[in-house]
Amino acid sequence: MRTLKAALAFALVAALLAVQARAAEPVKIGFITTLSGPAGIIGKHMKDSVELALDHLGRKVGGLDTEIIYGDDQRKPDVGKQLADEMLKKHRVNFVSGVIWSNVMLAVAPTVTGAGTLMVGTNAGPHELAGKMCHELYFTTSWQNDQTPEAMGKYMQDQGLTDVYAMAPNYAAGKDMVSGLKRYFKGKIVGEVYTKLGQQDYQAEITQLRAANPKVVFVFYPGDMGIQFLKQYAQAGLRGQIPLYSVYTVDEISLPAVGDAALGNYETRYWSPDLKNEANAKYVGDFRKKFGYTPTFYGAQSYDGVMLIDSAVRAVKGDLSNKKGMVAAMRKADFKSTRGPFTYNHNHHPIQNFYLLRSVKGPGGEIEMQIQKTVFENHKDAYHQDCPMK
Amino acid sequence: MTWLLVVEQILNGLQLGVMLFLVAAGLTLVFGIMNLVNLAHGSLYMIGAYFAVAFLGWTGSFAASVVLTLLATLVVGMLVEVVALRTLYERDHLDQVLATFGLILFFNELVAIVWGRAALFASVPPALGGFVELLPGLRYPVYRAVIILVGLAVALLLYVVVGRTRLGMLIRAGASNRTMVAALGVNIRLLYTVVFGFGAALAGLGGLMAGPIYTVQPGMGEELLIEVLVVIVIGGIGSIRGALVGAVVVGMVDTLGRAFLKPMLGTVVSPAAADSAGPALASMLIYILMAAVLYFRPQGLFPAVRSR
Amino acid sequence: MTRPRRGLVTLAALVALAVVPLIAGLANQPFYLDLFRRIMIFAIAAVSLDIILGYGGMVSLGHAAYLGIGAYAVAVPALHGVHSAWVQWPLAMALSALAALIIGAVSLRTSGVYFIMITLAFAQMLYYIGISIEPWGGDDGMRLARRSQLGGVLDLADPHVFYYVVLAMLAVLLLVGERVIEARFGTVIRAVKSNEPRLQAIGVAAFRYKLAAFVLAGAVCGLAGALLANQTEYLTPSYMHWTRSGDIIVMVILGGMGTLAGPVLGAATFLLLENVLAAWTVHWQIILGPLLVLVVLFARGGLLSLLPGGGARDG
Repeated sequence: MRTLKAALAFALVAALLAVQARAAEPVKIGFITTLSGPAGIIGKHMKDSVELALDHLGRKVGGLDTEIIYGDDQRKPDVGKQLADEMLKKHRVNFVSGVIWSNVMLAVAPTVTGAGTLMVGTNAGPHELAGKMCHELYFTTSWQNDQTPEAMGKYMQDQGLTDVYAMAPNYAAGKDMVSGLKRYFKGKIVGEVYTKLGQQDYQAEITQLRAANPKVVFVFYPGDMGIQFLKQYAQAGLRGQIPLYSVYTVDEISLPAVGDAALGNYETRYWSPDLKNEANAKYVGDFRKKFGYTPTFYGAQSYDGVMLIDSAVRAVKGDLSNKKGMVAAMRKADFKSTRGPFTYNHNHHPIQNFYLLRSVKGPGGEIEMQIQKTVFENHKDAYHQDCPMK
Repeated sequence: MTWLLVVEQILNGLQLGVMLFLVAAGLTLVFGIMNLVNLAHGSLYMIGAYFAVAFLGWTGSFAASVVLTLLATLVVGMLVEVVALRTLYERDHLDQVLATFGLILFFNELVAIVWGRAALFASVPPALGGFVELLPGLRYPVYRAVIILVGLAVALLLYVVVGRTRLGMLIRAGASNRTMVAALGVNIRLLYTVVFGFGAALAGLGGLMAGPIYTVQPGMGEELLIEVLVVIVIGGIGSIRGALVGAVVVGMVDTLGRAFLKPMLGTVVSPAAADSAGPALASMLIYILMAAVLYFRPQGLFPAVRSR
Repeated sequence: MTRPRRGLVTLAALVALAVVPLIAGLANQPFYLDLFRRIMIFAIAAVSLDIILGYGGMVSLGHAAYLGIGAYAVAVPALHGVHSAWVQWPLAMALSALAALIIGAVSLRTSGVYFIMITLAFAQMLYYIGISIEPWGGDDGMRLARRSQLGGVLDLADPHVFYYVVLAMLAVLLLVGERVIEARFGTVIRAVKSNEPRLQAIGVAAFRYKLAAFVLAGAVCGLAGALLANQTEYLTPSYMHWTRSGDIIVMVILGGMGTLAGPVLGAATFLLLENVLAAWTVHWQIILGPLLVLVVLFARGGLLSLLPGGGARDG
């Protein structure tokens, strides 16, 4: 009798386990970003935003339990690829997301899509992936790198600005920014200077700039290069004299370090913390409450990435093997984005608005970016014609 | 291109050079006297910058933060020497490079844990803002001029201390024959600790001055460290005079290269070629300079003479 | 550690590496194939550095330059449709050897810290040149169209084939390396490290031997670069950055320099630690840093000396 009871109990447990195993297949998301080193601050912004998104979803993406695995690419493409391999083969993730840097993305994205897994990029926007290398399984919630300077170029062109002096670091992204500007700005450029990547002291270039007598200065200096340039620009007394327009230079990460030196700076961007829509108000408000600082666009994109994945899993009712269904769902961009409603172009890059931002003194006395006007409505990237997808 | 522009660029080069000298002096001093390659010197520079921001926040006075930063970096330097570096004096340079590289990783992360990874706010003190009209039509930032003066003052101070005081004599003697000096009853260990602390304070001074114009963030010492190593190699390791000459030469070549190389190239090749070749060459210029100097003088310009 | 002992350790390591694909297959964890293949490729680079660093005392902070040159020697021909390893890999080694010849001719006139700095300078120069060559992607890097093919017989696109090809290269390198070190050439190099003036005094042209070793090390590292390009199917100029050279030096020292087997152990430890620690905490550098310091201070012969039978090394 006892053996029979034991056998029944065992069978019951086994049946329960079997049922469990089938019903509660969790969603696994791999998120690759830079968490160590000087650029680790960006990774922190992205990670915190992903965590907030998961909180808002009740830790369930598409209604399923979710496991998120973070990887630190140390800003190295080969480490990023190794992380992607590990996430795909060891953790068997259903989605890979994240990636800050274009060169890391160019190593990671083909690895992920080549393995038949969906990739949702949340920052890097190299033109190859918008054009020739576009892929059915690759989506991005950010932008294509050139779109942001294109918006700046359009604004300058519309305003009839002239005598522009352009500066950027001497690497692929720097050159892309200036060529993006020139795609829409057809006015006179009195100087185009490329500086050493990672350069700290810009005194020599600022002296040359003054000698060229420009009316407008355009720069692209991400990260610490931006902080250095802005401080030195202000110290040279140019802040009040020659207006400074930039892309990816002044943001919520660099503002606390630069302070007044960034006052009056213009930027173009697809998003800003003060963009008015329901999803963004919830995101920025809850983010400030939970983490105690203001989020940046890196974070907003990562938040949207999780929400996009959620919408796809919801659409296929949790059937993670239905990749075609998820791709179709993602193409609809049927989720509440922090940038407001937008659509996907056939190359899976967003068609979205771009705004002119200015850094001004906010109500609390600190400096913040505020939207001034819309520069582009439903702007497409310049490389989508090269993408063979329909 | 006016001659006024050239003069201003020369001033810029001098200022950059002097900034490099501030950090190079400590490094070459330690190397020359204790035969220690200390890559973590860049970390002491970074700690100086962080302390400056912290003390300014606590005291609200720039002058007080300067004094406190120098003292704090001196103490930290001596601590590091006693705890981590003492055992390295007898080791070969490779071991020293590796161990001090490990210290760099440690300090970068420590700073990130204490102050966070985001860059800190540091700006030029209001008293030192503004411009001074050095020549009619040449307005130069006061702060940068102050850097030049401070650097030259430090150079003078080092010349006086090392060349004309008893301490300096002990330092020079210890550099050329440590055993003999110890045999004569001088506490070599204490001497080394003090010298190291002094070198650390110099690095801290460099960091303090650099904070307002550069970025205060973890890892800020690495980029500078490479340039400083180039300086002391060109100048000759162990020689303070070499460090000054090397620093000014590197500062000038780098600045003038960045300013005038592309326009000069533009007269010889097409503008498009100059656009890409110019910046690439300018960034390599100090390395080409170092290679050239070492080719003709493999020990640098003013090699320090040593006998064991 | 005596030579026969080292030989045993080397053999054990090679056998262990040969078995990894089988274990990975049984455990259904194909990722470990990629991980250990990457370890072996860096082991090849580390062993090549050991020839000049461990045995010759030449601390080169520019060794990663050959990783980059070797990688480009694979990717650029692939861009133009040439995928044969018989063309790409000898090209990688030849170009690296040429670069090493030029760099060595200038750098080997110096010694000590000066040598370290000038090798760093050359690596940085190559890095900045790489960033500015736009047709080759600049710092966005280049994608490898497809992995090298060994004349229609072996296709590296198959992960197992690729794994065993790399293992074979590592084994051959260790065998040949051991022979070279024991031969006259190796004896001279080791003598350079311990007492160069005496060597000059007995009439041996040390410079020529140093340069030959430098070129040999560069060529082997170029091969590692070609393999790395295949591994990642992607390359950037950052492969040549001086910090990469630093990583390789750490692998050599960590494992035990002047032993050939040590660097293999060092590469495995370094990359495995990096992988494990980084998954554990964001602040992994605060652990790796002091760990390095401790190894340098207390384990002079590297990890190899910590194994049973370790201790004094010959050479």
